[in-house]
Amino acid sequence: MITVKNLHKSFHTQTGNVEVLKGIDQEIEKGEKVVVVGPSGSGKSTFLRCLNLLEQPTEGEVWFQGKQINAPGCDVDLLRRKIGMVFQHFNLFPHLTVQQNVTLAPVSLKLKTQEEADEQALLLLRRIGLTDKADSYPAQLSGGQKQRIAIIRALAMEPDVMLFDEPTSALDPEMVDEVLEVMKELAEDGMTMIVVTHEMAFAREVATRVIFMDDGAIQEEAEPDEFFDHPKNQHLTDFLSKVL
Amino acid sequence: MMFFCPPRTISFFSYISDEFYQSFVKDDRYLYIVDGLWNTLLITVFAVLIGIVLGTLVSLIKVAHSENPGRYRFLNAVATLYLTVIRGTPVVVQLMIMYYIILSGTEVSDIMTAILAFGINSGAYVAEIIRGGILSVDRGQTEAGRSLGLSQRKTMAKIVFPQALKNILPAIGNEFITLLKDTSIAGYIGIQDLTKGGDIIRSQTYSPFTPLLATAAVYLVIVIGLAALLGKLERRLRRSDYR
Repeated sequence: MITVKNLHKSFHTQTGNVEVLKGIDQEIEKGEKVVVVGPSGSGKSTFLRCLNLLEQPTEGEVWFQGKQINAPGCDVDLLRRKIGMVFQHFNLFPHLTVQQNVTLAPVSLKLKTQEEADEQALLLLRRIGLTDKADSYPAQLSGGQKQRIAIIRALAMEPDVMLFDEPTSALDPEMVDEVLEVMKELAEDGMTMIVVTHEMAFAREVATRVIFMDDGAIQEEAEPDEFFDHPKNQHLTDFLSKVL
Repeated sequence: MMFFCPPRTISFFSYISDEFYQSFVKDDRYLYIVDGLWNTLLITVFAVLIGIVLGTLVSLIKVAHSENPGRYRFLNAVATLYLTVIRGTPVVVQLMIMYYIILSGTEVSDIMTAILAFGINSGAYVAEIIRGGILSVDRGQTEAGRSLGLSQRKTMAKIVFPQALKNILPAIGNEFITLLKDTSIAGYIGIQDLTKGGDIIRSQTYSPFTPLLATAAVYLVIVIGLAALLGKLERRLRRSDYR
């Protein structure tokens, strides 16, 4: 479903070029739940953001459903409709109500009428138990509620894959579980997911494959049991000893 | 009670009423104020509209350029030139250039000339205000919009711009108030605006006190009204902030 070939990304800074991704190759199949872990600054968020071109790769190819997403002339907006994304800081639209947040994209892209979208929004809200918040504004919600809304906002586009960029890192500890719960349900429903997170328990429970990134490259990848119980890479062993 | 009032007060009141009569009633002089006010409002309202349209356009060009250099290079150069020239020269000079050079010998009316000059002037300030407003909206908002498949244009129109508008409202209100008062130089090209109207009465009665204070009072009342209106609008736009 997603193929990444020799992905490089450099940022220009005042002190020169910083290479954040140093050649990544990945093949992600439909239905996989890939969890990416690694120390901060390892490039895992940048890798995720390259998949829907929020970051433009400096070199290499990103393919999604048989189309090269970073080829010149490719209609990125069209492909992004099928790639949902959830951000660390939720990025809900503060000037819109919860319901409007969810219906904005499908309606303004003319995929649904307002009535259809409203109906779908209510179904999605019921799924996460927040129907009573439909007319609230994001400022009136807790962090956990915001992130759950952000997830269904992405789901309203009926994506084929969901990207999660540290979805629980900005949450108070007591709210982490309610978000992870929604993500687990999503995984059980068969959604293809790529999750950058520090929640190792979630990785072990939900992932079909765990990737360890360090220094801009994939150092190790394996199924969760193998990954956590028999790490081979020395950096991964060090990393796991710190976070587990 | 009148018996106990000092004589000086009586003469003061009669002086006031005579002043009022001389300044506004005699020869229907109040019409200078009324007609002048009409011209002032006419110029202000249409200049504000031109300023908004021009300012929005220029700010969008500048923002688009900063996100996508190369593609908007030419438009950005034009926008930058416009901002530099308009903000770098006094509005009264711009007004006279518009009247005596650019539109001289054309059929364009004086009022229209003033509307154009003030509108073009205001546009430069509005542009920078709006650009600041757009930049003040968190980058994550754009990313969220784009990640849902919305185009850059739709993201700007539905997500970034409405939020920017809320942030810039105080500054924009300030700009409109400034513009209203700036139109008081319209007399430079022979327009009888509110200020000129008050000044004509002064020159006829040789008494500056009443007509000039009256002129000032009219500006003040309009500005107070405008500020109240903007305050109301601002509270409305801030609804989503309330917890």
